[in-house]
Amino acid sequence: MTAKPAAQTAKGRSVARRVWSVVALPLVSILLALIVGAVIILGSELVIPGQAFDPLLPARAYIALLEGAIGLPPALNPLVSTLVATAPLVLGGLSVAFGFKSGLFNIGAQGQFLMGAIGAVAAAIAVSGQPSIVAIPVAVAGGMLAGAIWGFIPGILKALSGAHEVVTTIMLNYVAISLFAWIVAGPLAVPGAPSPITPDVGNAAYPILIGRGGHLGLLVALAAVGIVAWLLYRTTFGFEVRTAGANPDAARYAGMRPRVLIVVTMSICGLLAGLAGAGDVLGTQHHVTSSYGTTVGFDSIAVALLGRSNPVGVLFAALLFGAMRSGASLMQISAGIPAQLVDVLQATILLFLVATPVIQRLFSLRGTKTGIDAPGTFTKTYVSGEPTVG
Amino acid sequence: MTTESPSVPSPAPALEMRGITKRYPGVVANDHIDLDVRPGEIHALLGENGAGKTTLMNILYGLARPDEGEILLDGTPVRISGPSDAIARGISMVHQHFMLVPVLTVAENILLGEETMAGPVFIDQNEARKRIRELGKRFHFEIDPDAKVGTLSVGWQQRVEILKALYRQAQILVLDEPTAVLTPQETEEIFAVLRRLAAEGHSIVFISHKLYEVLEIADRITVIRRGKVVGTRLPAETNEDDLAELMVGREVQLTVDRGDSHPADVVIRLEGLKVADDRGSEVVRSVDLEVRAGEILGIAGVAGNGQDELVEALVGLRRPTAGKITLDGRDVTGKGPRHMNEAGVAFVPADRQRFGLVLTFDVADNLVLTSYYRSPYARGILRNESAIEAAAKKTVAAFDIRTPSVRARLSTLSGGNQQKVVVGREFDRTLSLLILDQPTRGLDVGSIEFIHRRTIEQRDAGTAILLVSAELDEVLELSDRIAVMYRGRVVAILDGRTADKNEVGLLMATGGRERAPAAALDQAST
Amino acid sequence: MDGLITSLYGIPVAGLVFEFLGYLIGVLPIVAPIMLRVAAPLTLAAMCGVMCERSGVVNIGIEGTMLVAAFVGWVVGVVVAPLIPAEPSAFFGITPALLIAFVAALGSAMLVALLHAWLSISVRADQIISGTIINIAAFGVTGYLNELISKSSPTSAGAFSQFTPPSFLVQIPFIGWIFNMFLNQGPITISVLVIVIVLQVLLFRSRWGLRTRAIGEHPKAAETVGIDVIRVRYRNVILGGMLAGVGGASLSMELTNSFQDGMTAGRGFIGLAAMIIGRWTPLGAFGAALLFASSQAISQSITFATPSGNLGHLLLSIPGQFWDALPYIVTIVVVAGLIGRSTPPAADGLPYEREATA
Repeated sequence: MTAKPAAQTAKGRSVARRVWSVVALPLVSILLALIVGAVIILGSELVIPGQAFDPLLPARAYIALLEGAIGLPPALNPLVSTLVATAPLVLGGLSVAFGFKSGLFNIGAQGQFLMGAIGAVAAAIAVSGQPSIVAIPVAVAGGMLAGAIWGFIPGILKALSGAHEVVTTIMLNYVAISLFAWIVAGPLAVPGAPSPITPDVGNAAYPILIGRGGHLGLLVALAAVGIVAWLLYRTTFGFEVRTAGANPDAARYAGMRPRVLIVVTMSICGLLAGLAGAGDVLGTQHHVTSSYGTTVGFDSIAVALLGRSNPVGVLFAALLFGAMRSGASLMQISAGIPAQLVDVLQATILLFLVATPVIQRLFSLRGTKTGIDAPGTFTKTYVSGEPTVG
Repeated sequence: MTTESPSVPSPAPALEMRGITKRYPGVVANDHIDLDVRPGEIHALLGENGAGKTTLMNILYGLARPDEGEILLDGTPVRISGPSDAIARGISMVHQHFMLVPVLTVAENILLGEETMAGPVFIDQNEARKRIRELGKRFHFEIDPDAKVGTLSVGWQQRVEILKALYRQAQILVLDEPTAVLTPQETEEIFAVLRRLAAEGHSIVFISHKLYEVLEIADRITVIRRGKVVGTRLPAETNEDDLAELMVGREVQLTVDRGDSHPADVVIRLEGLKVADDRGSEVVRSVDLEVRAGEILGIAGVAGNGQDELVEALVGLRRPTAGKITLDGRDVTGKGPRHMNEAGVAFVPADRQRFGLVLTFDVADNLVLTSYYRSPYARGILRNESAIEAAAKKTVAAFDIRTPSVRARLSTLSGGNQQKVVVGREFDRTLSLLILDQPTRGLDVGSIEFIHRRTIEQRDAGTAILLVSAELDEVLELSDRIAVMYRGRVVAILDGRTADKNEVGLLMATGGRERAPAAALDQAST
Repeated sequence: MDGLITSLYGIPVAGLVFEFLGYLIGVLPIVAPIMLRVAAPLTLAAMCGVMCERSGVVNIGIEGTMLVAAFVGWVVGVVVAPLIPAEPSAFFGITPALLIAFVAALGSAMLVALLHAWLSISVRADQIISGTIINIAAFGVTGYLNELISKSSPTSAGAFSQFTPPSFLVQIPFIGWIFNMFLNQGPITISVLVIVIVLQVLLFRSRWGLRTRAIGEHPKAAETVGIDVIRVRYRNVILGGMLAGVGGASLSMELTNSFQDGMTAGRGFIGLAAMIIGRWTPLGAFGAALLFASSQAISQSITFATPSGNLGHLLLSIPGQFWDALPYIVTIVVVAGLIGRSTPPAADGLPYEREATA
């Protein structure tokens, strides 16, 4: 009878070891980034005029960040606003991660998000007056469709000509800004408004489910995690996507069609980012102006990389960055640290992740998985101008 | 078997390597190797692929560091820290894969690293051209310094490599398998150049695994086997049999009992098939061929004569530019890989890690790589994990794939077991046509025997088999009929049981249209 | 019948096209200086790309490198200007503060490039991911610091001013505008042409150029003749970073005198597209950069020299956002149309591993 618990603890230990091998580098990277952030805060004190040097400012800033994110002690409303900030990051992160899985680098989540937002507004206006049960699905579909189109374009360009998505999606991000501004100021503008603004989405607005502003989009994001995971790991389509990402030549050999997969995958990437944009306008903004902006695009890349392109990993990474974004405003108010510190922390985390071999050596983290789990083929396809490696 | 040099009265060695030892994880590449090369001598280093010849020369050239041993030049011990150090000491190397930049000119390639300068910044192109022309004249191969290297034939590219060495005033010249890519005529021409160099006092190390070549060119021959020197011979005192035994160690003949074949109906027929390569040039030029059920058709040919493209066209990875492919009486010209697979064509690709496998997936997923979408592995759009796993367990057992579990990552398996995964996936169903492209390349003896045995079994079960292999021995051993490919055409079809190795070799080398030069006959006999 | 109708419709359209072409030729002398000004940072980004990719390193972090240089150039000027007060000199309006800021901008860009070199050459990370992370980091860090500094309502150190070419040159009939185009510019823009020509000559005539090209095509061949591949790659990426730094500095120290978040606005990427169109040659890339710049120059010219008649109505009715988006759309079209038809260096983007260390 003593053997069984021993075996169980051994099994438990091996599971713990496997979990550790996956999360070790992300955790170390986050910790290192916080340290670098503290150094930057201390350094920036020298720049801010008219303030005494406060060696504890980093601690105060991080406490304020934490308080802003979850409340001290934890309270419903800060938690809900963290979740609201997390939802678009989950969807955007899934968008980038799904691309990673199939060997594509979707830097275009930014533009797809904007298109999704405006698409949702347009669809909502088209069905204004309809009850929510009709208006919400239509608006969501409008956002997804607009985002999917913005993902389809680089997909089809790559499949037909080999134009690399890294270049085309970035360019499309800028085109999206112009197109968005034009739509807000033109076709969808409220006539006679002093500055360009669209009408309210009306009945298409997501209902509030919890706390202050905790809208339906939270559930949408959570469901998307499940659906994407199911699609990737339980369906034959997901198997094709993963094969094309891991070895495009083998995919061709196996009779899959990598070029078709590129187009479909990029469209799905766009759809997910578009859904993020739709969620933001239907759940929080309810209308858009021409100054509407977002950082979701860049954040999504960070989320996907930190989440190791895994849907569940994306969820946790999005929670981290969502909490940071949500807590940043309190940090700015009470510690005087610009909210953009979150950008710095995010970038620093990524830098430590990409420098995996060095971190492993420094902290003797042998046997841990690499910090970044993205296909190493981007540079090859980028250079060759072929849709797939070959 | 003697390991000491035959005593020949001669000057002090220009190069001496003493007790060179180099260990890589899991293998001793060089094990206390001694070698001495005299001025004006052509010294051949003979050994099988993987015997340690290239490692030894990389050590000489400073590309690898020995764990033990010392190098002496003209009797003085030296430490060679890198290629530039080796060059400075008068050692130059012509690598098996040419170290030439195709888009640069001959002059630029020769100058690289040793530029003739006009001032501190710019290269003196005119002076360089002059010196290159002079060198070419001296050794009787004049070459246009402004020609782009990529436009030259391999024979001329090799001459550029030799010029590179001479430009650096090399006294010791190492040539690694210099004839591997040359035609017999080109080989003769290079030999003439080498003899001239030796006559001028250069020392030459000639690395090869071709017996007749070293007998023809070398003044002395040192044989290496598994990282050790097993003997040194003078060409006059040895012969091919003696050298072969030294090189290989024992008389190994991997033969399988292939039994009799019972060819039945034609399974696949190619008529006037033409296929272009990636750059659009036609490399398969009108091939007519048929393979019957229950026979093995072997395709013999020097690599790069259109075999790869032919196979890719047959499995649907490449669209033929002309001609017709008929499978079991149905026209399948231009059909894709999925269609061919479903029509009963199985394919074991030459580059298994690139085409046949996904190394980051587990064994089970690799086993369903081509059938993942079919029942029972899929139900509608859903994967059926339990069916996938059950089938995987069966195949793993049937093909003796050594893996901790069917869910183990493929990258953790040995090369032989990885190939067994491909073979297991492709063999383990009812087939009409089985295409094997270099099925045993780089495998251990056990795996080779296993795959040969399974291939014969498939044939006896009534499958038509097309075997492409760069190993002529493999083609001769397994094939019922042998088709020889030369420059995109099938130049002969021979009976596999009566085909003579020399005859096949000659056809491979010349296409059978020219009268065989002496060197080609020699090549065919090895 | 259909064909006839189409051709009838076609005539006024063709007329408009000709009118537009005529308009373009007419405004060229006015637009040309704007074109060069817009093209300058694009060209410098492309030169950075040529330096890196010719030696085999893909650098899409040029965007971020430029952004950092633009920020550092501006902020150092802000800090130093009060310490060394000086009137702008007649020569390009140069002050000691501006010079120090310019050097700082270049230094910062070289540091960013060093980071990319280290990640892609030594750590051997995927170069696209490394470049992307550098872009994200540059955006984040400059945004944070800009926010921090803007609290102190800084005063700019000013900017380099334009040179006024002697009027007799500009007034030469037919070709005078060319002098105006190249000389009626700030110092950075003027030097772009020089940089391009020098790089072109060096790349194809000098020892450095030969070694760079060899390493980008076949690094092992270079290593076997004793060239240190790693060192040449580091040097090229860092020097390329310096050129990107000049480009970044031109944004905040010459074309404007201020810094805005993300002010590079994709110029690093457009520069890379120019490099591809120019087939990895400095002169070709410069030509392509001028092409990209022309769309922006045209949109500007339409506002200050509106053509008359139908064409004017038509052009004015095109929303401004279209002109804003045009350079990016052109980039997409060009990249989709040209990629695969121009061949990059054979070893571009492939990390190099020395055999001896393996």
